[in-house]
Amino acid sequence: MKQTIAVASGKGGAGKTTVAVSLALALTDRGEEVCLLDCDVEEPNCHVQLNATPVSQEIANVLVPLVDKKRCDGCGACSRACRFNALAVLKDDVLVFSQLCHGCGACYYACPRGAIREVDRELGVVRELDADGLRLIDGKLNVGEAMAAPLITQVRKRAPDTGTTVLDGPPGTSCSMVASVEGADYAVLVAEATPFGLHDLGMAAEATRHLGVSLSVILNRTLGDDTEAKAFLDEHNLNLLGCIPDDRQVAECAARGGVPYRDVPSFAEGIRQVLDRLLEVTRS
Amino acid sequence: MKVAVSTSGTTLESPVDARFGRAVGFLVVDLDSNETEYVENTQNLRAAQGAGIQAAQNVANTGAKAVLTGHCGPKAFRVLGEADVAVYVGVEGTVAEALARYQAGDWEASTGADVEGHWA
Repeated sequence: MKQTIAVASGKGGAGKTTVAVSLALALTDRGEEVCLLDCDVEEPNCHVQLNATPVSQEIANVLVPLVDKKRCDGCGACSRACRFNALAVLKDDVLVFSQLCHGCGACYYACPRGAIREVDRELGVVRELDADGLRLIDGKLNVGEAMAAPLITQVRKRAPDTGTTVLDGPPGTSCSMVASVEGADYAVLVAEATPFGLHDLGMAAEATRHLGVSLSVILNRTLGDDTEAKAFLDEHNLNLLGCIPDDRQVAECAARGGVPYRDVPSFAEGIRQVLDRLLEVTRS
Repeated sequence: MKVAVSTSGTTLESPVDARFGRAVGFLVVDLDSNETEYVENTQNLRAAQGAGIQAAQNVANTGAKAVLTGHCGPKAFRVLGEADVAVYVGVEGTVAEALARYQAGDWEASTGADVEGHWA
């Protein structure tokens, strides 16, 4: 059976990548079949933290319309079908703004004259990497490219049909985050116990619930008194998996290029406890 | 000849809307017959992206040959240019005032967008 656990946060810098990488390693240590997906395609970092070796790489494209002007009679059906406003139909011409195209194919199906065919436009690459036996798949969006969601979808399509997939999502609550969390079996939201962190956690939780995905929270880098954060979780009816205390050793390890889960025993123990609770809520 | 003016109202006395793609609407005025036609743009006001492209398409398809507005981005400008619609930016006041100054030849048509697009 396949299980996908998405890690998200709302706020950037909350610790998504560190938590996602650590959960993947902790699951591997339990002898499970694990695949880590880095869906933060604008700044994929899992490979940096894991010092992973690229195994293969493929160009990722999105299908965009190409209009055969000899067949087109300017009826405008393609433009009306496009919810991304990527087509302008004028009297003698059809303009395609392919950078706005999500590749949904609606224009292709809407055209009554078969005047549209779909051609590839490069978005970035999807890579397979190996991190000491842990399988990592990531996407890398080309610089200046705005279409993250179609690339995230392609990264997710590579996930294996068995085992547990841990997905490192992007910050925010817009298209990229939705494309990463939608359809996951469970979401783990990593939050800083700060006013910014809790505010953005609230947004991320709302978006996740809207997608129909159950979720729990990890409070990261807590500093002793987390009464306020826990009150926020209660108020928003959010389940707490655990707190990871602020620890200079973790920061130093990461700054050195190390893997905190491997090098900082107290941190690894915290992750294992969080994972135990996560598996209780997701597999019971 | 028809001229389209971006506006937040529906009459000649309404103010010019400084936005093109996300204008509330357009008043299209036939300068020969003085007939006016109101073209709603609220669907683009709410669009996540590509508002300028669709507004430009709709304005061009009214047969207007000039647009008077506050600002125009690169994608809308490209669509309007492709449709041979002249673009005049920096326009303020009421629709009637804008049309009077246009007819008096006070402005020169833009040669490019005057603001950046919202997407790369």
